Amino acid sequence: MNRTATILCLAVILGGTALLAFGNATGAVPTYIISLVGKYLCFAILALAVDLVWGFAGILSLGHAAFFSLGGYAMGMYLMRQIGTRGVYGNPVLPDFMVFLNWKELPWYWTGFDNPLFAILMATAVPGLLAWVFGWFAFRSRVSGVYLSIITQAMTYALLLAFFRNDMGFGGNNGLTDFKDIFGYPLQSDSVRRALLIASAVLLAASLLTARYVVTSRFGKVLIAVRDTESRTRFLAYRPERYKLFVFVLSAVMAGIGGALYVPQVGIINPSEFAPGNSIEAVIWVAVGGRGTLVGAILGAILVNAGKTYFTGAIPEFWLFALGALFILVTLLLPKGILGLFSSRSERKS
Amino acid sequence: MSVLLRLLVLFCLAFAGPAQAQDDPFALLAGDNFDDIRHGIEQLATSGNSQAAAVITALQEGALYAGPDAALLIKQDETWLDARTGKPAADVAEDALTAVPMNNGVRRAAEAAMGSLELFSPDPATRRHAAEAVLKSRDAASLPGLARALQTEPDAGTRLVMQQAVAAATLASPDASEPDRLAAVNTLRTRGDLDARAMLASLTDQPPSVREAAATAVIAIDRMLQLWGLLQGVFYGLSLGSVLLLAAAGLAITFGVMGIINMAHGEMVMLGAYTTFAVQELIRAHAPGLFGASLFIAVPLAFLVSGAVGVAVERGMLRFLYGRPLETLLATWGLSLVLQQTIRSLFGASNRDVGTPQWMSGATQWGGLTITYNRLVIIIFAALVMAALMAALRYTALGLRMRAVTQNRRMAASMGIRTPWVDAMTFGLGSGVAGMAGVALSQIDNVSPNLGQGYIIDSFMVVVFGGVGNLWGTVVSALTLGIVNKFLEPLAGAVLGKIVVLVLLILFIQRKPRGMFPIKGRAVES
Repeated sequence: MNRTATILCLAVILGGTALLAFGNATGAVPTYIISLVGKYLCFAILALAVDLVWGFAGILSLGHAAFFSLGGYAMGMYLMRQIGTRGVYGNPVLPDFMVFLNWKELPWYWTGFDNPLFAILMATAVPGLLAWVFGWFAFRSRVSGVYLSIITQAMTYALLLAFFRNDMGFGGNNGLTDFKDIFGYPLQSDSVRRALLIASAVLLAASLLTARYVVTSRFGKVLIAVRDTESRTRFLAYRPERYKLFVFVLSAVMAGIGGALYVPQVGIINPSEFAPGNSIEAVIWVAVGGRGTLVGAILGAILVNAGKTYFTGAIPEFWLFALGALFILVTLLLPKGILGLFSSRSERKS
Repeated sequence: MSVLLRLLVLFCLAFAGPAQAQDDPFALLAGDNFDDIRHGIEQLATSGNSQAAAVITALQEGALYAGPDAALLIKQDETWLDARTGKPAADVAEDALTAVPMNNGVRRAAEAAMGSLELFSPDPATRRHAAEAVLKSRDAASLPGLARALQTEPDAGTRLVMQQAVAAATLASPDASEPDRLAAVNTLRTRGDLDARAMLASLTDQPPSVREAAATAVIAIDRMLQLWGLLQGVFYGLSLGSVLLLAAAGLAITFGVMGIINMAHGEMVMLGAYTTFAVQELIRAHAPGLFGASLFIAVPLAFLVSGAVGVAVERGMLRFLYGRPLETLLATWGLSLVLQQTIRSLFGASNRDVGTPQWMSGATQWGGLTITYNRLVIIIFAALVMAALMAALRYTALGLRMRAVTQNRRMAASMGIRTPWVDAMTFGLGSGVAGMAGVALSQIDNVSPNLGQGYIIDSFMVVVFGGVGNLWGTVVSALTLGIVNKFLEPLAGAVLGKIVVLVLLILFIQRKPRGMFPIKGRAVES
């Protein structure tokens, strides 16, 4: 069942994207749909990352939006440097907000971000490093359960506050925006939009395959054992903290990639992306789709976000009711998520 | 014409004036010489003449006119008063009058004179204020006035300020003796505030012994000021801590005791704040006289409203999710969205204005401490709420059952305790406490549908830091976080301070993964 679901999912993602891109090229599909779907796919990568740690290692991270946003900021910094002299102040080196704040030169941590490869490296390395440091401390001290959830939330909240500060050098409240080019091509053009959508789909597919490889391997079996009874696994001479740390870092890198793809498609990154609510929402996508299924995480992310887009447009007054009710009903009635419906039916058959 | 007159007056004064004018302040004021006018003001101010205040005020307002033969008149609403008697003046030759001229020296003298005149005002607050003003002016000329004022001043506090003013003036006066100066330094040292420190630090032309005494006094004052600053910081910290405590108290029950990750906790607080708003609106419309009591009415109502919502939520939703703590998180998050939107639909998205009753506004000075009443009331309220909560858990039948159920649910059930009912009541209690917190928070925060969002993370931090399942831990944790936060603020700024606290908290959890006061035993592992 799981293998077929994965293949089906890959086919739908890649096929659907190809179809959309083709439709856009012939003029049948408007470009905003392309960006919208691209955005959903980035969220799906984030959901996949959350499912990897929550569904298979039992780490309920309420701070995954932090990794996503850090990846996004790394990409945003590259895009800012691409603006060059086309900013409002026309400064060839400094982004507008730095000119506005009277900064004289680029801070040291902005060096290298004019190079796209370096930026992409940072979009994965920074979240990965943060996750490694955070996880190394937390798992070594055996912080688990709700305590871990709360401190991951504290982490993203601290980052939220930090990025709001103007003197951090990341544009403060307004964040990074007004991007012009990516890899030398204009960001607003239809072909770049299509390319970004296809890149998102390909990276989502790659993430899904990687995650599936990890969880079905021998490593993944130990990981599931850690999730179910950590102490018993430890008594069997495994080192749970190492398994958790590895999967936590992998998941953070994945989230960072999602964020890096997200920023050029929505055209802005600001501190509100760090908001704890965003991390919780990502967890909810996973819960809606089905925890511990990988495919379910992708399904949940796309369905919930599509629903959100629809509700905010159709019934702006009441979309929070709809969204809230969805979460309540799913947890009450579908404890295994939407995929749980299918698996229980197939189990009954067999 | 008027120039001619002025010349004439000057002429008269130059020859005939001085002899009689030396002892008549009014004649001096009527003169055309700025030095004479200044002396006139000073003499008038110390003469005790009942007209002094009126004449100097008139001078300051440009309503004092001089005429030939040292005539001095006050213009009041197109009528003329004789400055010497205050009675209406007859047959005034308006053409012959000129306004008494002013320059900066005269203006300063008038201000100083008014300052010392107010020392005799019948209103105690004016006298106090005047004494402070004289103190700050450090004018040796105010000494005689101060000496007379000290003889009649009934209020001890004002007398003290006057004595300090005398000390300041003594130090400024050129002909004070050395022992007097030393005594003055001591007097200012006991005052011990920033003004006194500035005076002592800026002393010039003093004998060496006085300079030395002043230097040690400055050090002593600095130490005192630091101490008061520390105490003020502790007060602010306690105040912030009590706000955190109130916000977290309900969560200490629902999360700490029951283990429900209640993301809708902030919305329970918000419901309490809106209950306060509704109560105040009703009172404004129907019984404005009761406004001072609005908070007393709101507290039990908020408890009932939030508590009832809590019981309903537990019965309708949470009881299906026991044993799946992480999923309650998702469901309660959904609930929080629904509650926020409900309030937004009912009351609108904008901030609602919750009034502060008279008895809660204002502040008092206690030594070097400024204590605002609303902060003080919130500290007391937080203490009362925690005491009531602990008493409820310790001494009531419900509390006993709650503790039994949390310690061992199945054993409690076999002893005949209706555990589902206890669950509902416990969650209701926690939510109700959150509602009461909302009443207090409505006094210091914006009442909007997002009110709860701002507290939810802090509340979880407080409970986790203190140790889940331990109310005393929550108290200690809230106060510690509040005080640490307030002491970091001046060092690092408000936002950076908060970030530092969060990072410290994350590190602390590494050292003590179950908070400051963990519960021990096998139940913990499960």
